[in-house]
Amino acid sequence: MRLALREMRRRPNRFAVATIVLTLLTVLLVFLGGLLDGLYLGSTGLIRAQRADVFVFSAASRQSFLRSRIDPPLRAQVEQAPGVQVVGGLGVALVGGKVQGRSGLADTAVVGYELPANGVPGPPPPGEAYADRRLEADGVKVGQTIELGPALVPVKVVGWVRDTNYLLQGALWVAPVTWRDVQARSRPDETLSAGVFQVLVVRGAGSASQLARQVDAATGGATKSLTRDAAILSLPGTKEQKNTFNQIIFTTFAVAVLVVGLFFALLTIERTALYGVLKAIGASTGQLFVGVVVQAVVCAFVAFVVGAAIAFGVAALVPASLPLLLQSSRVATTLAGIVVAAAVGAVFSLRRVVHIDPASAIGSAS
Amino acid sequence: MTALDLRDVRKVYRSGDADVVALDHASLSVADDEIVALLGPSGSGKTTLLSIAGGLLSSTSGSVVVAGHDITDAGSKELTEFRRREVGFVFQSVNLVPFLTAKENLMVVDELGRTRSRSASRRRAEQLLGELGLGERTDNVPGQLSGGERQRVAIGRALMNEPRIVFFDEPTSALDTHLGEQVMELIRTEVKGRGTAAVVVTHDLRMTAHVDRTLHITDGVLGA
Repeated sequence: MRLALREMRRRPNRFAVATIVLTLLTVLLVFLGGLLDGLYLGSTGLIRAQRADVFVFSAASRQSFLRSRIDPPLRAQVEQAPGVQVVGGLGVALVGGKVQGRSGLADTAVVGYELPANGVPGPPPPGEAYADRRLEADGVKVGQTIELGPALVPVKVVGWVRDTNYLLQGALWVAPVTWRDVQARSRPDETLSAGVFQVLVVRGAGSASQLARQVDAATGGATKSLTRDAAILSLPGTKEQKNTFNQIIFTTFAVAVLVVGLFFALLTIERTALYGVLKAIGASTGQLFVGVVVQAVVCAFVAFVVGAAIAFGVAALVPASLPLLLQSSRVATTLAGIVVAAAVGAVFSLRRVVHIDPASAIGSAS
Repeated sequence: MTALDLRDVRKVYRSGDADVVALDHASLSVADDEIVALLGPSGSGKTTLLSIAGGLLSSTSGSVVVAGHDITDAGSKELTEFRRREVGFVFQSVNLVPFLTAKENLMVVDELGRTRSRSASRRRAEQLLGELGLGERTDNVPGQLSGGERQRVAIGRALMNEPRIVFFDEPTSALDTHLGEQVMELIRTEVKGRGTAAVVVTHDLRMTAHVDRTLHITDGVLGA
């Protein structure tokens, strides 16, 4: 192993090509992961923020917030379902918001809610809102009034919340009455009566899936209840987005395996004579192979450090509107992935190392 | 004591449908401090004999006892351990590790065998290189050394593990006659001074003046 590390220190240029390619792949992986996380978290914050075991939609809504309607009689049935302990109404209106001093419209998700959520206090008074930090990029400030929808419904921002957005729209958490007002004045055809919500958040006893089944049974099939994870995946495009990005990420890791595999296979061919000599003087196949793996892992680690630094540097320059979120957990996963890919790639050289004959050091047998 | 004892050793290679006999019932004993030259033309079987005696190759039949170890039926792992501890090699094309200094090229033997502490290994390497006249060149890489210096480093590497026997494969083939003579003299001095046995494969008759005994090998048959 010491021999392998010394070679890297004294002949760094030999490993430059593999390290550069792995660096570029790391940049790509960190960016892809950042975009996936940015899209995923930016789309699902509203649901993740809820302290709920189950989300209840109307059965015909096909689990869409915008299509779902839960009226008071149906809510009463939900509240009577076995295991149900706490029920709160939830509704969302997607509208443009005019921010003072800005010419364009900010994309907002006006969330009407009854129960406090994680990081979100109970509903503010009518006409006021807690704004998600995402809206800072659109010029929103605390104390400012935003005019929502074509009817320019005024809502005053009274505080900040974090990571609560819906479908990449900045969330404005308001009292149900404010939400209904925005909804009615922005989309008169979808005006909701008092007491009507789009979705109910439910907390209860037992497992979430069992609770969901009990709620749907209690409403005679008029509702479709989902667990938190299912509700997140039911958001439009979320599942598809996640699958697509994950496939690209796995493919990139596979490319990293191939790059390392090919590079070290060639390097091993180049070193056949040297390995023959080392075997002749007592190096075992294991020692030589560990050296190859160590070199591949070091290449990957250096590539990761440089690649991650580049990715973070570039990420600082991209506009805030790009849903890019570099999280430490994702970066750690990328590090683990690239190191494992390098180690797996190095395994391709094992067969060659095994087959190097120590007798080759002493010339062909004559 | 006998450093090397080959009895009736045979090596047969399969080439297509035919068997090629590279070594035919060869027997050879080398005493503990004896230097034996093995002389023969290309393809005569001298390298095969050296490889079998050094534990690099297994024989088809016969018995091979080196430094008191019967390696006739030894497996690959046992042979690796055997080569690491009991024998030294100097190869035809020197084959030093190009990115290591002269000292590190010697120390690599201990690193592979984990036989000495790093400081003890460094001391031994420096001592050997000093004895070989390379005390000022310990931190030079092979590319900064002359052919003769490289050959001396290779000799130092072969002696690093204090072997009972050292195998030299054409140690002077890449050197001019004068330098070749010097290297052979050095080999004699170093080997004899340590009471180590040596087998020197060569095709250069002039080099045999520096050895105790010369054996000729032709078509795999060993003769006096």
